[in-house]
Amino acid sequence: MIRLATQPFDPGAELNAFSADRTVTGAVASFLGIARGEAGQPVALELEAYPGFTEQAIAIFVETAIDRFGLQDAAVVHRVGPIASGEPIVLVLTASPHRREALQACDYLMDYLKSRAPFWKKEHGPNGVARWIEPTGRDLSDIERWG
Amino acid sequence: MARVLLFGRLRDIAGWRERDFAPAERMSALKALIRAVDASLADAIEGPGVQAAVDKALARGDVSLSPNAEVAFLPAMSGG
Repeated sequence: MIRLATQPFDPGAELNAFSADRTVTGAVASFLGIARGEAGQPVALELEAYPGFTEQAIAIFVETAIDRFGLQDAAVVHRVGPIASGEPIVLVLTASPHRREALQACDYLMDYLKSRAPFWKKEHGPNGVARWIEPTGRDLSDIERWG
Repeated sequence: MARVLLFGRLRDIAGWRERDFAPAERMSALKALIRAVDASLADAIEGPGVQAAVDKALARGDVSLSPNAEVAFLPAMSGG
């Protein structure tokens, strides 16, 4: 399941729904990313997606992760639009029979989301200065770990 | 009509997100129509790191366009 959320989402509810009725799953791993901002700033960042195109690209990462790590299931919820500091921005959920694959797949999916997903990110700095940002060197080197 | 969509900094340069242009047979013809109304946007579209998508699939080079094509210009993607 891949969802672009225009409103804040409840990570606990998403995790509960994803974990329900899994009688042959031994492990569900999750990663929750939170928008980090400066104190007293109303908006930390703004994410723009290309509806249809962005979900398609994420679906390819998810299918690849399912094959590579032998997952039973995976889900991504990603916020778009203006996001306030402290709000959840991305949730990755993976399910597999054993923990190692679920944890690795979570890490893998986050590296792909951080560097390859079709989003355009505007950071709102102090004094009302906003700028479009591109992946950092760290984001690009993280993805190389997966060959 | 060809529908043109802009993302990221391209939207700021143009001052719009979505606009209809007269049908163009090829990508080069559509870019010429864009240049006729906004040269700085046309320059930005030709700049490094900008990709084009036609009907939500990445397209390289001077591809042919259907009369109602949706053409998106995508600056370097920032990731989530």
